[in-house]
Amino acid sequence: MNLLDFARGPALKVAIAIFCLGVTWRIVAIALLRIRRDMNRPRASVLKFLGSGLLTIGSRSWPHREFIGRTGAGEALGYSYHIGLFALVLLFTPHILFLGSLFGVTWPGLPSSLITVISVLTLTLFLAVLFRRVTNPVMRMLSNFDDYFSWFITMLVMVTGLAATAHFGARYETLLAVHILSVDALLVWFPFGKLMHAFYIFPSRALNGALLARKGATS
Amino acid sequence: MSDATGVFTADLAPGEARTPEARVVGAMSGFAQEIGALSAFRLESCIHCGICAEACHFYIATEDPQYTPIWKVEPFKQAYKREASAFAPLYRLFGLKREVKADQLVQWQHLLFDSCNMCGRCSLICPMGIDVAALIEQARHAMFDAGLAPKALYEKAAHQKITGQPEVSAEPYRDQLLAIGTRYEVDIPLDKTDVDVMLCVPRTDIEHYPSAVASLARVMQHLGVSCTFRSDALIAENYGYYAGGKEWQREISRRLIDQAIACKAKTLLVPECGHAYAALRWEAADLYGKPLPFKVLQVTEFLADELKAGHLKLGAAVTGATTFQDPCESVRKGGVNEAPRALMKAMGVDLHEMKNHGGFSFCCGGGGGVLDIERATPLRYRTMENKLREIDDTGAQTFLTSCSDCRRTFDDAQAHFTWNKTPQSLLELVAANLIGSASQP
Repeated sequence: MNLLDFARGPALKVAIAIFCLGVTWRIVAIALLRIRRDMNRPRASVLKFLGSGLLTIGSRSWPHREFIGRTGAGEALGYSYHIGLFALVLLFTPHILFLGSLFGVTWPGLPSSLITVISVLTLTLFLAVLFRRVTNPVMRMLSNFDDYFSWFITMLVMVTGLAATAHFGARYETLLAVHILSVDALLVWFPFGKLMHAFYIFPSRALNGALLARKGATS
Repeated sequence: MSDATGVFTADLAPGEARTPEARVVGAMSGFAQEIGALSAFRLESCIHCGICAEACHFYIATEDPQYTPIWKVEPFKQAYKREASAFAPLYRLFGLKREVKADQLVQWQHLLFDSCNMCGRCSLICPMGIDVAALIEQARHAMFDAGLAPKALYEKAAHQKITGQPEVSAEPYRDQLLAIGTRYEVDIPLDKTDVDVMLCVPRTDIEHYPSAVASLARVMQHLGVSCTFRSDALIAENYGYYAGGKEWQREISRRLIDQAIACKAKTLLVPECGHAYAALRWEAADLYGKPLPFKVLQVTEFLADELKAGHLKLGAAVTGATTFQDPCESVRKGGVNEAPRALMKAMGVDLHEMKNHGGFSFCCGGGGGVLDIERATPLRYRTMENKLREIDDTGAQTFLTSCSDCRRTFDDAQAHFTWNKTPQSLLELVAANLIGSASQP
């Protein structure tokens, strides 16, 4: 078994297993904690506050007018690199073929030249994000190993992917194997750190939005 | 342990035999075990983006990162991860999250009490949708259990739990209430039964704004509402809520609940007091253990309902350009946003809204018990400067609010900054502009 076979064979299977079990346990462990029933008479009907919760998923995607001057640039930076990441993962033809082999569904991809541009832009934004984290006093204070390691491992996946696409520095098979191994590492790390926010973000917005709407409070 | 700065209040708890360190360990463990799924989910969801700082007037005024709202719960996040999170055994085994120590928590007293109004503005900015204010309130509970509630709040809560009022008064509040009735020539209904509405008052109004108390009685009399104050539960404030003493908050709320049940009230009317509304409307039933057998309404929403029903008729108020301070607890967190504006509109008030108003208004700076913590005063003044500028920028001559703590905070600012505006009560404005006789039987 060569490195590429190992990376996309047993290593990937183990990584996917840890990812699935870990993510499930992170969510189940929360659900097992005590859930209090709110005895206070709601201001809004159940339908209204559930609807408001769903609306909050969208409304919290961008800051309220009152905050935009202070947070607009930071949030734009954050969303930009996320969009870049999604484009790279979901719209690069080799990724589509790989995901198709797992899930049996494929879709059209973007031209390679455009993917290269998106890759470079996303990498640049990713560096900007790190620069912001280490220079902004609030973010620097809040940051811990999880923040930096999650950044590093995501960056590693992007850099190795770009190197493999560009056939830069080694044989293609070796570069591809290293790229897939970095993806394996990301999948293993995923349930242990902040990458879990991918699963939390929409339920968190919806839940808190619904609870605020139950009181008629601003959300 | 107790010192001159009044950091630890643990020694004040009767029968407390544990050392402060042991008490802190117990409180943090209790916090982690009792956290509940909702708060755990909130703590887990934080991505350390720091955006919540940009909503907080303490951070905006000082640009000091320690005032970042989510940082205020950092030791509690640490305790949760170590004790109750999905990978808690790994955190403990590899020492990835240390046990929270007493000296660490002592530092956090300043962040959780002196520099947080529990105003909830941070909960509106989080891109993950986390209700940061709810986490801070829960952290205050643990601070109280650790013996780390500020003495100013702890002592008032302890006094109120036992006597029903937060401090010793020159005369019993019952007598003061009746004297207000005599002075303002308004009937004070007291200790009646079989009424529709039970009334209570902020002790701040009794002591500082008696005309607000008289206005409440006058409006109810005008509307012909069957109502009463109860000698055993006159005071609306809840210092248990401020201090983080959940059991004490329950006892203090219980006093009002029991009296409302005793007089068979269908509605418990919360006066112009933001945190009293939060404690009674949105927390009391949970602490009581079952839904309350009556409605809880804030006075402006009660009056707005009466207005809508055609029972309340108001004349034009001559106030000139006017602005309104939204009390955080009743407006942003409590949902009473439209009622005060409906009342002002009915009186033809020329309302000039502040740049940040309604649900997005900045706190007066005194909420969350901060007004009572003397050592927090210099920082409070610093945060108020932005608020006073926003008020001045409206060009308003009249400045209204519907919270007696907001009112007191601005009165204090008026003296400190030699500011030219005096906050007035919206309820008093309503009482001064009643017209006709009420159509309600």
